[in-house]
Amino acid sequence: MTTKEAFAKAKEEGRAALIPYLTAGFPSREGFLEAVKEVLPFADLLEIGLPYSDPLGDGPVIQRASEVALRKGMSVQGVLELVKEVRALTDKPLFLMTYLNPVLAWGPERFFSLFKGAGATGLILPDLPPDEDPALVRLAQEIGLETVFLLAPTSTDRRIETVVRYATGFVYAVSVTGVTGERERLPEEVRDLVGRIRAKTPLPVAVGFGVSGRATAAQAAVADGVVVGSALIRALEREEPLSPLLAEIREGLYPKEPV
Amino acid sequence: MGAWRLLGVKMLRLPDFPLPNGRGRFGPYGGRYVPETLIPALEEVEAAYLEAKKDPAFLEELEHYLRTFAGRPTPLFHAKRLSAYWGGAQVYLKREDLLHTGAHKINNTLGQALLARRMGKKRVIAETGAGQHGVSVATVAALFGMECVVYMGEEDVRRQALNVFRMKLLGAEVRPVAAGSRTLKDATNEAIRDWITHVRTTFYILGSVVGPHPYPMMVRDFQSVIGEEVKRQSLELFGRYPDALIAAVGGGSNAIGLFAPFAYLPEGERPRLIGVEAAGEGLSTGRHAASIGAGKRGVLHGSYMYLLYDHDGQITPAHSVSAGLDYPGVGPEHSYYADAGIAEYASVTDEEALEGFKLLARLEGIIPALESAHAIAHAAKVVPEMGKDQIVVINLSGRGDKDVTEAMRLLGGEL
Ligand SMILES: Cc1ncc(COP(=O)(O)O)c(C=O)c1O
Repeated sequence: MTTKEAFAKAKEEGRAALIPYLTAGFPSREGFLEAVKEVLPFADLLEIGLPYSDPLGDGPVIQRASEVALRKGMSVQGVLELVKEVRALTDKPLFLMTYLNPVLAWGPERFFSLFKGAGATGLILPDLPPDEDPALVRLAQEIGLETVFLLAPTSTDRRIETVVRYATGFVYAVSVTGVTGERERLPEEVRDLVGRIRAKTPLPVAVGFGVSGRATAAQAAVADGVVVGSALIRALEREEPLSPLLAEIREGLYPKEPV
Repeated sequence: MGAWRLLGVKMLRLPDFPLPNGRGRFGPYGGRYVPETLIPALEEVEAAYLEAKKDPAFLEELEHYLRTFAGRPTPLFHAKRLSAYWGGAQVYLKREDLLHTGAHKINNTLGQALLARRMGKKRVIAETGAGQHGVSVATVAALFGMECVVYMGEEDVRRQALNVFRMKLLGAEVRPVAAGSRTLKDATNEAIRDWITHVRTTFYILGSVVGPHPYPMMVRDFQSVIGEEVKRQSLELFGRYPDALIAAVGGGSNAIGLFAPFAYLPEGERPRLIGVEAAGEGLSTGRHAASIGAGKRGVLHGSYMYLLYDHDGQITPAHSVSAGLDYPGVGPEHSYYADAGIAEYASVTDEEALEGFKLLARLEGIIPALESAHAIAHAAKVVPEMGKDQIVVINLSGRGDKDVTEAMRLLGGEL
C-alpha cells in the first residue's frame, strides 16, 4: 500500500490516519514485535524509531526507551532485521525515524539502500533540515525512500515553502514548540500550522508530538494524520496493553461523531 | 583588518573573518543540523548578531564591560623560568586566567548576554562541563538581571561541586542531567531541548565554538579578542608575531580565539598554530576526548565536525581528567583548520596534563586550569625543539582554583 493510498483510505472512512510510533528494540526485541502486532490493526502507517544515543528532539519517555533499546544491544543491523520482520507482517507504509549520525556512520547510500531493501517506505530525520543537505535528500529519493520533514509552530511561511519543496510522502507538523512527550492539550495554533502547510503543498499533513488520548487526538485530527508515540511507549513501560489506548485515540480521529 | 582596540583606545569593530560562508560552513563543516523548531530562532540570532556587530553602541558597551568588569586586556607574561627550564623558545603566557570568573569564557558570555538583552530576552540558559562556562553565564545573568538556568551532567556536578555552589550563589538554577554519560554532551542536549521548548522567550548562551550556525562564528568572534590582543602585544614587545601559538582544545573556543586572528594570514606570515586535545588515559584505550586525533566526521549538536562515535553512529562518551575538555566533538572551524593544514592538532594524556599543572605552579607561581595544563604539557614537547630567539605563546585559558580538589585527589600521595 502506498502512503497516498493509506491516507486516502482513512479519508474515505471520514477520519484522520493513525500513525503509531514505536522504538525498535523497546522494551526488548521480542517486546517490540509484540507491540507492532498489537498496533497494526489500528495503524494506517507505522513509524519505527532507530534508537540513538543523543536524541535531541525527544523528551524523557523516548529518551528512556532509546537508552533501554541500546543497552539491550539494538543496532542498525538489528533494526534492519526488525523492519524486514515487520514488512512480512503488513503492507502498510513503514517510516524509519532516526537522527542523521547513524546514516552518516553507515554511509548514506548504503544506509538508504539497505532500509529500502528491508521494506521501509520512507525516512524521518528530525535533525536534518532538508536545505542543509539537498544532495542527501535527493539520494534517499532516488533510492526510492520517501523523505518526510518536520515543520513547527515557529516555522514561517517562507520556511514552510522551502521545506515542502523537499518533502515526499507526507509532511510532519509538530504540534508544540517542544520535544516529544504526552500533553494534556495541544495548543490552538495547531490548526493554524496545518492550514499554513496545506496552503503550500498538496501532500497529506500529519500532526505529531503530544497526542495522548481522545481529546488531543481530536485536536490533531484537523490534519490528515495523527502520530502517537510517547503515550504508547509509556504504556509499554508500565506493561499495560496498547489496544485500549489506541481504541480511545482512534475515536478522536473522527472530526465529528461518525454517523 | 579592523581590530579590537582594547589597550586604552575605544574598540572600533569585531574582526571580519573570511569564513564561515553564508550558510555557516567552514569548508564542509558546520551548518545547522537541528530540529526545525529552532531554525527561525537561529535565523533571528544570526540577524541580530550581524546587526549588533556593526552597531557602535553595542561594541562600545561590550568594550566597556570587557574592560571594567572582566578585566581586559590580559597581560602577555614572559615565563622566564619555564623558558629556561625547557631550554628552547621564549615562552609567553596569555593570561586569560586573570579574567573575572577565572577563564576566557567571560569574553563570550558578556557578548552573548548583551545580544540577548538587545533582543529583549529575559531568560538565558546554558550548558556547562567544568562549570566555568556556567559560572560565567550565571555571572553575566546577575550583572544584567536575567533569569538563568544552567544544565550540568550529574557526573560533573559531583566533580565540580565548588562551581555548582558558585552558580547558585550568583542566583542561577543548576539542573543536573542524569541522561547518557552525565557529562557536557548530555547537558548540551538538555539545554537544546529547553531552548526548543522555550524558544520564544529564551536566549541560549552556548559556551564554545560548537553548535548550529551562527554559534561557532559568533563565539569565535567574541573570543578573538584574545588573538587580537596577542597580535598587538607581540608587535609592541617583539616587533613581530610569535612563531607558535599553543592552546588546549575542548570544543575549541579559547584556541580559536587565539588562532583565528592569525589563521587567515598568508602561509609565510602565519605562526605555527597548535591545538592540544585531551588524550585521557591514552588514545589506544578509547578513553579520551581527541575528536580530531581519533574521531571521524559526523553531526552532533547541530554541527558537522570531527566527532567520537561507534560503527553505528552512536556518540561515544569522551573522557578527560579535565571536565572542560570532556566533549566528544570539536568545533567546525578547527575541523576545517585540521583538514586545510592551517593548524596542527596533538593530544596529551591525563598524566602529562597533571605534570604540566605541577610544573607551572612550581616554576611560575601560577596554578593553571587542568584544561590549560594540557597546553603546557604539549609545549613541554615542542618548545625545547625550538631556537632560543623564537617566541611561543601559550593560552592560559583559565586558573586552577576549581581543579584543586580534584588534583589533590589525583596527586594526593605525590606532593
Ligand atoms: C579554563 C578552560 N579552558 C578550556 C576549556 C575548554 O573549552 P574550549 O575548548 O571551548 O576553550 C574550558 C571549558 O570549560 C575551560 O574552563
